[in-house]
Order: sequence, then structure tokens, then C-alpha cells
Amino acid sequence: MPSVDAVIWARGLSKRFGDLVAVDGIDFDIAKGESFGFLGPNGAGKTSTMRMIACMSPKSAGTLRVLGMDPETDGPAIRGRIGLVPQDDSLDLQLTVLDNLMIYGRYFDLPKRVIRERAERLLAFAELSERADDTVEPLSGGMKRRLTIARALVSEPDLLILDEPTTGLDPQARHLLWDRLYRLKSEGVTLVITTHYMDEAEQLCDRLVVMDKGRIAASGPPSALIDRYSTKEVLELRFLGADPPGEALRGIGERIEVLPDRVLIYADDGEGAMGEVTDRGVEPTAWLVRRSSLEDVFLSLTGRTLID
Amino acid sequence: MTTDLETWGIQHAQGARMPPSLRVLRYHLYTYLRTWRSSLTTSFLAPVLYLAAMGVGLGSLINHHVGTVDHVRYLTFVAPGLLAASAMQVAASDSMYPVMAAIKWIRTYYAMLATPLEVSDVLLGHFAWVTTRLVLTAVTYLGVMAAFGTVHSPLAVLAVPTAILTGLSFSALISAFAATQENDQGFATISRMGLIPLFLLSATFFPISQLPGWMHPLAYATPLYHGVDLCRMLTLGGVDWVSAAWDLVYLVALTSAGVLLSRRLFARRLVV
Ligand SMILES: Nc1ncnc2c1ncn2[C@@H]1O[C@H](COP(=O)(O)OP(=O)(O)OP(=O)(O)O)[C@@H](O)[C@H]1O
Ligand SMILES: [Mg+2]
Repeated sequence: MPSVDAVIWARGLSKRFGDLVAVDGIDFDIAKGESFGFLGPNGAGKTSTMRMIACMSPKSAGTLRVLGMDPETDGPAIRGRIGLVPQDDSLDLQLTVLDNLMIYGRYFDLPKRVIRERAERLLAFAELSERADDTVEPLSGGMKRRLTIARALVSEPDLLILDEPTTGLDPQARHLLWDRLYRLKSEGVTLVITTHYMDEAEQLCDRLVVMDKGRIAASGPPSALIDRYSTKEVLELRFLGADPPGEALRGIGERIEVLPDRVLIYADDGEGAMGEVTDRGVEPTAWLVRRSSLEDVFLSLTGRTLID
Repeated sequence: MTTDLETWGIQHAQGARMPPSLRVLRYHLYTYLRTWRSSLTTSFLAPVLYLAAMGVGLGSLINHHVGTVDHVRYLTFVAPGLLAASAMQVAASDSMYPVMAAIKWIRTYYAMLATPLEVSDVLLGHFAWVTTRLVLTAVTYLGVMAAFGTVHSPLAVLAVPTAILTGLSFSALISAFAATQENDQGFATISRMGLIPLFLLSATFFPISQLPGWMHPLAYATPLYHGVDLCRMLTLGGVDWVSAAWDLVYLVALTSAGVLLSRRLFARRLVV
């Protein structure tokens, strides 16, 4: 049974589109006030999962509870307490920035005065105050994204679902958003985030799952995932103008990933591994030793780099 | 935050909540008001132009050469036909590109469906909006008709709801169609193969008796014919209540079927 704390509770949650299984029986719990991430390569089923949680897409099988309610019967009540940043913007391009917030707030039946007051704060946060009366259409992609995020907050949701919120944002805007998300989290808002940026996931998520082909390949806090699925250190070798010599390196470290432009050797002692490389007479153009990151977890679980 | 919630809570307790479908209507009104000037002029100019060109211009020619049509001057004959046909056009145009845009281009419906609104609210709000447009169109038309002296019966007031119903029957069917489309090519086909022939052949411009016999059942099967027939009887007076009842039953049945169909097709398209 769903625990009392669970804001979202899923068992065997599945989504099929005809013959295609987009989400294949996944289980997860997300606690109140937690910030929870979904990672995975393109087509892993992240957006399909977000849309089911947001009560916009009916599940094909399994059980799902959101905010203690059943999306099948309580969709409007649940959505009334959710803020959704969809992967594709759905802003009204002909209207002004401010009108987009006003209209969206009105869907929640909030009084005009309340929305206007919130809009002022939200536009300041999204750094769009100066553009409040401009039409949305000519805004840059990143500005539209920021407006979509501001719009999702207009109803002051208990649960915020962000599907690739920072795609298209410049680094400054990303950090600003992270900062804002920390603040929301400290106010008790539950965050569910999908992202392709591992640094973002490490920064923001208390816990996360890595999805691949509709299934959950691993789950846990970022640090635990790194401990479990990667070595302490990674030796990166670069070979300019030559194919990486994968064969010659076989057996060094715990695992080797040969990528088009570089070779990653997973070892708890990176320097030591480099010694072995030199002993074998292999001379990379450049090398470095770094700590393992979520990126390595992702690579080892899905066999894919982030930029497919 | 508390104050916000409180005000909201108080409003809620007072039952100030607006029904969800009306929130959708409010959105349409809001966006419409941004462009109302141009739309308002066209919606007022169109009847004047049509009545002047078709009724007065063409009418004087016809009256001169053939005399009256169905015992009235041509302007009086054609005006209620144009009223019903304009309702069709307004309803159709508001149910093609705007619906496609809200599904594919601007994705307004998805924005709505991420909030407490549901597909039935989105759809009802859409129809409420089309109805609003039809009210404006029909009232304007009737006003212009009265000014042109073509209204011969107090029952003409009922031509307004009739025109609205005629428009809604098209709106329901075309909205359902729009919800199945991936691009706007189908709309050109609907206009060319459907609306324009209907406009020309559904007794709008001449009595159906002028058509070859084999086309009568065809004309009779179209909603526009029944809308025109009803509007004409109501503005000219001399209502044949049996055929009026039949027109009404036909329009109500078709509209209901169209609404049910669009409910299904909207859900199939928007909730996947
Ligand atoms: N409406 C739909 N109809 C048919 N198939 C769909 C639909 N939506 C998603 N899919 C399929 O479901 C699978 C999972 O898609 P989903 O959008 O959930 O992936 P994702 O993890 O969000 O990917 P990305 O990182 O690219 O956003 C894909 O194979 C996709 O083609
Ligand atoms: Mg996605």
C-alpha cells in the first residue's frame, strides 16, 4: 500500500502506444518534499512517465497514486495541485508574456488579482519583467522556456513536474533555475525532474532513477549510484588523429569504454592505471584522471553517452 | 501565499468558482478581444456587403426580369438564406484552423489539459465560443436585414437561434474532423467540396425547385438547407409548422451527433 508520505506511488506502471511499450512496468515512490530525477537516453520513456504522473495520459497497466489520489478518477483535483513544465512549450504565442500567466492562472480559477500579484514575482524570477507586455512569439527559445517554468508556478503547486526544464537555457539561467528549485524544495514542494544534464541531476536530485527502454535500470541517490555502478576514478585517454587502441588496453582497470574520440578506463586508482598504459607502450595525445560522475553511471547502465 | 489561499478559499466557499468550460470560453473571449476591432468590422461589413450586392444589385436585375421569387422581392428572399449560410461559414472557419492550431501549432489544448480542465471542458468551451460568435453574427445580420426592410414577421427573432443551431451543426462535425487531421490540407477540401457547393446549392440563392429533380434529395440531406428553410419561413412569416418541426429535428439530431462524435475524437486525439 502507498505509504503516507508518498506523493507519487507507482507499481508496475506501464504505457503502451499500440505495439510499442514506452514504459514497461516500473515501480517507484517519491516522498513529500523530495526532489526526484528521471534520467535516460532518448526514447527511454521519461516523458511518457511524466505525462502519466501529470494526469494527462492514462496508464496502460499498473497502479499509480499521485498526491494520495487516483489519476483515473481524480485527474482535475490532482492537476489543480501540480505544476507542469512540459518538454514542448505550449505557450500562447500571439499573447503577451503577462497574458500567458494570467490566462493560465485563470484555468485554475484563481482570482485575477492573485494571479497579477504572483505574475509580478514570477516574471522577476524568470527575468522577464521587462518583456511582460511583449508578444511571446519573437522571444528567444530560452526566454520561452523560462516563461513556461514561471507559468507552471502560477498555481503555487505542491508538486512540480519538470520535463527537461533547462534544455535551451544558457548556463546563467540554468543556475538561476536551480537556485529557485532549491528554494521551492525548502518550502516543501516536491520536484520531479527529467534531464539530460548529469551535473543538473547530481546538483538537484535527492534520488533518481535511470531509465532505459521503458524500464528502470538503477535507482538511488546520485552518490550511491556512482559507488555502485562506477569506480572511484576514471582515466580518460585522448588520441588525436588516430583510432583509440581499445585492444591494446584490454585488462587495465575494471572496465573500459571505447568512445569515438576517447577511451575511458574505470579504475579505483587512475594514476596506477595510467602507469600500466605507459608500460604497454601506448601513448595517448592527452590524458587525465577524474572522479567518477553520474555520466559514467549512465554510460555503464545504458551503454550510451548523453549526446546520442 | 496564505492570503492568496485564503482569498481563493473564501471565493471557493462562496461558490464563486467558474465552471471549467466557461473558463475555456473566457480564454477565447480574452484572445478575441485582442483583435476585436478588425473582426468586428468584418462581421458587420460582411452582411451589409452581401445584402447590398446579392440582394440589391442582383435583386434589382432579377426583380426586373423575373419579378418576385417565391412571391417576395429577391432581397427579401435571399436575406434569410445568407443569414443561415453566414452562420455556417463563421462556425466552419472557427472550427477548422483554430482547432488545428490549438492541437498542433500553438498546443493551447495541451496547456489547458495540464490544469484542472478536462477534454469535455475544452470542447464545451470551444462550442460556447463558436456559439458566441454565432450570436454576434446572427444578431448583426438580423439587424442589417431589418434595416434593409426584409423582415416581415416578429417570428424573425427566432431566426437568430435557428442560425446558431445551423452553425453549431457544422461546427460540431467540422471540429470532430479537425481533431483527426495532421495538417490543414483537409480544410481546403472541406471548403471546396463541402461548404462552397452547399452555399450555392442549399436554397440560399434560389428555391430548391430550380434544381434538377435528382438533386433535391441531396440538398434536402444537408443541414444548410434546413437552416435556410427555417430562417426563411421565420423572417417571411407564413411558417409551415410541419416542415419547420422537421427542420428543427434534423438540425438538433445532427448537432447532437456531431457533439458526441467530437467528444470521442477530441479525447482520442488529446489524451494518449
Ligand atoms: N503519443 C505517442 N504515440 C506513439 N508513440 C509515442 C508517443 N509518445 C511517445 N511515444 C514513444 O514512446 C517511447 C518513449 O518516448 P518518451 O517521449 O517517453 O521518451 P523520453 O525518455 O522522454 O525521450 P527524450 O529524452 O527524447 O525526451 C518512444 O519510442 C516514443 O516514440
Ligand atoms: Mg522526453
